[in-house]
Amino acid sequence: MTTTLIRGATLPDGTTTDLLVADGRIAERGDAIATPSGARVLDAEGLVALPGLVDLHTHLREPGFEQSETVLSGTRAAAAGGFTAVFAMANTMPVSDTAGVVEQVQALGESAGYATVRPIGAVTVGLAGERLSEIGAMANSRAAVRVFSDDGKCVHDSLLMRRALEYVKTFDGVVAQHAQDPRLTENAQMNEGALSSELGLKGWPAVAEESIIARDVLLAEHVGARLHICHVSTAGSVDVVRWAKARGIEVTAEVTPHHLLLTEDLIRSYDARYKVNPPLRRDEDVRALREGLVDGTIDIVATDHAPHPEEAKDCEWDHAAFGMVGLESALSVVQAALVDPGLLGWSDVARVLSQTPATIGRLSGHSHSFETGSSANIVLVDPASSSAFSTDRLAGKSHNSPYLGMTLPGSVRHTLHRGYQTVRDGVVVDAAEVAAAAAAGVTRG
Amino acid sequence: MARIVLQNSDIARALTRISHEILESNRGPHDLVILGIPTRGVVLAERIGAQIRQIEPGAPADLVGSLDVTMYRDDLAHHPTRAPQRTRVPSGGIDGKTVVLIDDVLYSGRTIRAALDAIGDLGRPRAVRLAVLVDRGHRELPIRADFVGKNLPSSTDERINVRLAEVDGSEEVSIDLATGAGA
Amino acid sequence: MRHLLSTRDLLRDDAIALLDIAEDMSEVQNREVKKLPTLRGKTVVNLFFEDSTRTRTSFEVAAKRLSADVINFSAKGSSVSKGESLKDTAQTLAAMGADGVVIRHSASGAPQVLAQSGWIDAGVVNAGDGTHEHPTQALLDAFTMRRRIHGDAARGRDLDGVSVMIVGDVLHSRVARSNLWLLETLGAHVTFVAPATLVPVGASTWPVDIRYDLDAALAEVRPDVVMMLRIQQERMNAAFFPTTREYARQWGLDDDRLLALRPDSIVMHPGPMNRGLEISSRAADSAQSTVIEQVANGVSIRMAVLYSLLSGDREARS
Repeated sequence: MTTTLIRGATLPDGTTTDLLVADGRIAERGDAIATPSGARVLDAEGLVALPGLVDLHTHLREPGFEQSETVLSGTRAAAAGGFTAVFAMANTMPVSDTAGVVEQVQALGESAGYATVRPIGAVTVGLAGERLSEIGAMANSRAAVRVFSDDGKCVHDSLLMRRALEYVKTFDGVVAQHAQDPRLTENAQMNEGALSSELGLKGWPAVAEESIIARDVLLAEHVGARLHICHVSTAGSVDVVRWAKARGIEVTAEVTPHHLLLTEDLIRSYDARYKVNPPLRRDEDVRALREGLVDGTIDIVATDHAPHPEEAKDCEWDHAAFGMVGLESALSVVQAALVDPGLLGWSDVARVLSQTPATIGRLSGHSHSFETGSSANIVLVDPASSSAFSTDRLAGKSHNSPYLGMTLPGSVRHTLHRGYQTVRDGVVVDAAEVAAAAAAGVTRG
Repeated sequence: MARIVLQNSDIARALTRISHEILESNRGPHDLVILGIPTRGVVLAERIGAQIRQIEPGAPADLVGSLDVTMYRDDLAHHPTRAPQRTRVPSGGIDGKTVVLIDDVLYSGRTIRAALDAIGDLGRPRAVRLAVLVDRGHRELPIRADFVGKNLPSSTDERINVRLAEVDGSEEVSIDLATGAGA
Repeated sequence: MRHLLSTRDLLRDDAIALLDIAEDMSEVQNREVKKLPTLRGKTVVNLFFEDSTRTRTSFEVAAKRLSADVINFSAKGSSVSKGESLKDTAQTLAAMGADGVVIRHSASGAPQVLAQSGWIDAGVVNAGDGTHEHPTQALLDAFTMRRRIHGDAARGRDLDGVSVMIVGDVLHSRVARSNLWLLETLGAHVTFVAPATLVPVGASTWPVDIRYDLDAALAEVRPDVVMMLRIQQERMNAAFFPTTREYARQWGLDDDRLLALRPDSIVMHPGPMNRGLEISSRAADSAQSTVIEQVANGVSIRMAVLYSLLSGDREARS
């Protein structure tokens, strides 16, 4: 088992330190640690050390859509982006609505070894929105599911949403809602407004998101349950969540990196790389989302990594699939949108991209303060680099990224998952080596 | 360094002679249609038409028109898209008439070939004649002018500049070396 | 000009140039030999993903009058009956040597995707995309207005000061949008009249006045041009208005409203008309109606467009 010595890394609080990683844990922390024999030394001068990032919203597509992504390829993409844990959404085929499927997804993640995969369970059977899935079975399975979501679709029936909120309390679970009133957004293509009218594309009005969030926070209050809102995208939604928190409602909210940086103006090109659900919105919404993340109304950043094959994007807008890959670019986009303009510091980044997602998802074993004895999930980032984002940076199967050609700051140099490297010198480590390291880690316990 | 080969008085005399020659060849002004090729050919056609009406008071009132040949050119794909000009045929039409085409410079002959195709789509004249102010040689097609103001042998790297008061504000024909890429 | 995808991006000088070239083309239509050799040897493909005999025939006549070869390609393209992808269809046409592609598609933006894709080297003409644009319709409408207002002195002129009222289902109308952008560029003033459900979101930010009451608007604005848009039954089913009868009463150009117009005002309709619904028979057949000349003008405009896109030097065009 490799011992790794990280020299001269800058922690989120600004201090520099050495970190000795051995047997999957942080063995020692301090200045000028002596190099043990056989240790690999990582020169981290100028690099920021963050706790391994945790994505509460990823689509790994397996089982069922392996042409777009698999658990293996998706976790490679995660590692490339500095993520050491991902929560895998349930809209697979078959849907992750039984213990059997979630355990399969978990097992695939374990054998691949690139990141800790925590499957998300569907709220309703087949995502059909009619009856609850076997939430208890999934919670008690090897996968120990704690986050439940019909993401891709909205749990729009009020009674069903109420029951779901109540029922998951039994298992210390949380419902993650994809807020989209289906009646107001039939065949919707982009944000509803003057631009959608001009471009002739059917509009997705902000109120279709805000009205569901408003209903759900009141339901959560009424039944005393936790609620999590996926991919908040409008200024109005931020206002509703702020109001709810002020009332003491236990709601948490996430925002995607693309909603922190991109606006609907890009759609003038009819380039379907910009087609996503919820859609890109206006400048005012981007600003409100940034403010919400800074003031804590929005708790975390989550990628909503949504891989699609080329033919699903290389066509007319109406025919194209919704979604963007985002694991590999997330940290750079957050740096561009919030860190470089001085709105967030690196310790805030650690909070919104690692610590808080782990808390919401009840992820154990992922520490965030680099204490000795904790599991070594670490990402080393070079914040000073700047380059045009290209397909070289994409490590998953799909290339539907809106950032191709855009200059973005920062790059991931090294990622360590449970003490072994999954990214070395900016390159994703070979699958055989990672699988072996993961297996060795398992036997070690 | 442009060399002036025709001054305004030279041009006036040439047009007067051409007007007389047209009437002589046609044995009078009857069934005559003068069609100028835009832009400067139209100016010359107007002047010739005015002279003819002066010389022969029995000349038709609607004698002069314009014939745009843009749509019939054989070199359209080799140049940026050209804006066509107006085609206006005198009220009597051209069927059975003697059409005299007027242009400022006769060079490769391709413009006149296009004009003949354009005329063919407008009707069936009895005869088509050609009058030009300057014939500079270097024909690429078997085309010749019936009435010529001045023969100006030139080399292909020279450029003939025709300036007419109605269009250019001055009146002269000059010759100089073409600079850079060809016309 | 390499493609004609919209009137939103059409510069004033280019628009007037097209209208002027169309004047020349219309003269060709009045002579005995209605043909020009200009596009001989060029191949124009009518790529229609939506049925439209009128528009397709108009483009076909225009191309043939310029001596181009025409191929009519009806493709399936709804997201339900997908058929071959746009990319594959385009590459097939490129392999067949298409110089120009006239495309009508139900997906807004499809012509732009085709033009910027690199799948085909041809000039692209948008013959109508979803609810986005129908630029040749707007050009023929502007040509018609210019002719009626300025007669033989129309060449070189714009539509400065002309007031145009567009009535009906603006929300779903690409004709209304294309007309708005072009008319504004040419100096005209546009008013939309429709029930609030049929006015697009955000149209209040557009350079147009929006009114709901047709009688009040006609009395106050006294427009030079009234353009009636076709109303479709499906809109009733989607709750945009209660019944076609109520719609016709409120926003139809009936005989009374026809009489209320200035005698020199013109009545336009992009066709096909629902006689008795948005326009009465008397209005459609009156001397003020331009419906028939719009068809002839359509061929002239489309000849002008095809000439401008396909005749010149390819490199200079791009």
